[in-house]
Amino acid sequence: MLERGLLMESEKLSFREGLADGVPIGLGYLSVSFSFGISAVTQGVSAAAATAISMTNLTSAGQVAGLGIITAAGTLFEMALAQLIINMRYALMSLSLSQKLDTGFTTPHRFLAAFGITDEIFAVASGKPKEITPSYMYGLILLPFLCWSAGTLLGGIAGSVLPEIFRSALGIAIYGMFIAIFIPPARKSVGVLVTVIISAVMSCGLRYIPLFSHVSSGFAIIICTLAASAAGALLFPKDDREEAASE
Amino acid sequence: MTVNIIAYIGVMAGVTYLVRMLPFVIFRKKIKSRFVKDFLYYVPYAVLGAMTIPAAFYSTGNIASAAVGIGAAVLLAFKNKGLLAVAAAACIAALAVEVLLKYVIPIAN
Repeated sequence: MLERGLLMESEKLSFREGLADGVPIGLGYLSVSFSFGISAVTQGVSAAAATAISMTNLTSAGQVAGLGIITAAGTLFEMALAQLIINMRYALMSLSLSQKLDTGFTTPHRFLAAFGITDEIFAVASGKPKEITPSYMYGLILLPFLCWSAGTLLGGIAGSVLPEIFRSALGIAIYGMFIAIFIPPARKSVGVLVTVIISAVMSCGLRYIPLFSHVSSGFAIIICTLAASAAGALLFPKDDREEAASE
Repeated sequence: MTVNIIAYIGVMAGVTYLVRMLPFVIFRKKIKSRFVKDFLYYVPYAVLGAMTIPAAFYSTGNIASAAVGIGAAVLLAFKNKGLLAVAAAACIAALAVEVLLKYVIPIAN
């Protein structure tokens, strides 16, 4: 009771605190979105279109897969399904975050703030010891959103004006980041390692085996993701202790 | 048949927003299924694995420079370097190989 009283007396999470927490996320997003912008223009998607994608999607993996579908002239159904499956994890994050919202988080605020739930924003918000207020959430989302959009525009422009040899070398940047994201957890968790390997092997199979030559890049990602994640969950269920350590 | 870029962006943005918004606004219960939780936990890694391999090998001018760039990235990622350092190393390594192949080796021959 005493603790609860103290908690209620202490100040609620403010917009400024959200802004401050968003600085490191924003800095990280600048470089990833810069790579995305370059990647887009080297694949023939304009810097303006790439920036529009970033401003409306605010997610990395889904956007890169989306680029692949656009350049391969995939169908809208394929695009919708790919986004649904790749971004499905956000549903879990939204659900989890919805459990620790301040009473001031009314339905209109939920509609607005839901747009900004990314892996990093979720991680920071859910790590807060207090309930999440709308002001805090908007502060937290603002800088990452601006950096993600600006980085894409700058990358798109850089990609358009740089000499061919630089553009070509920069095309690998986004994959370097992907590698930096999955290798450290794969070293710590056999489940993650096996999931990545299954997915990568399947992805190669779908690309090189002539029987599957009609499977487009978007569907290949969908198939690999569903199969490898299911295999990971069946073969390596996480126990609660491990889960607590990773959160 | 080509689909308008605006339509692609609209579908991408719409689906991504709905996935985030619906559970945030509507559902107020926790996911109980162990399998579903674990499945969703592994999804990002499966996505990254499928998107990186083999696509990363075709992300530069040629497979040789991409392979060297990937090698550099894996090495630094193993040393737990940050995203930016790993990405920069991949670019620099790939660029070095491209310069070598394009300018140095032709001159030497």
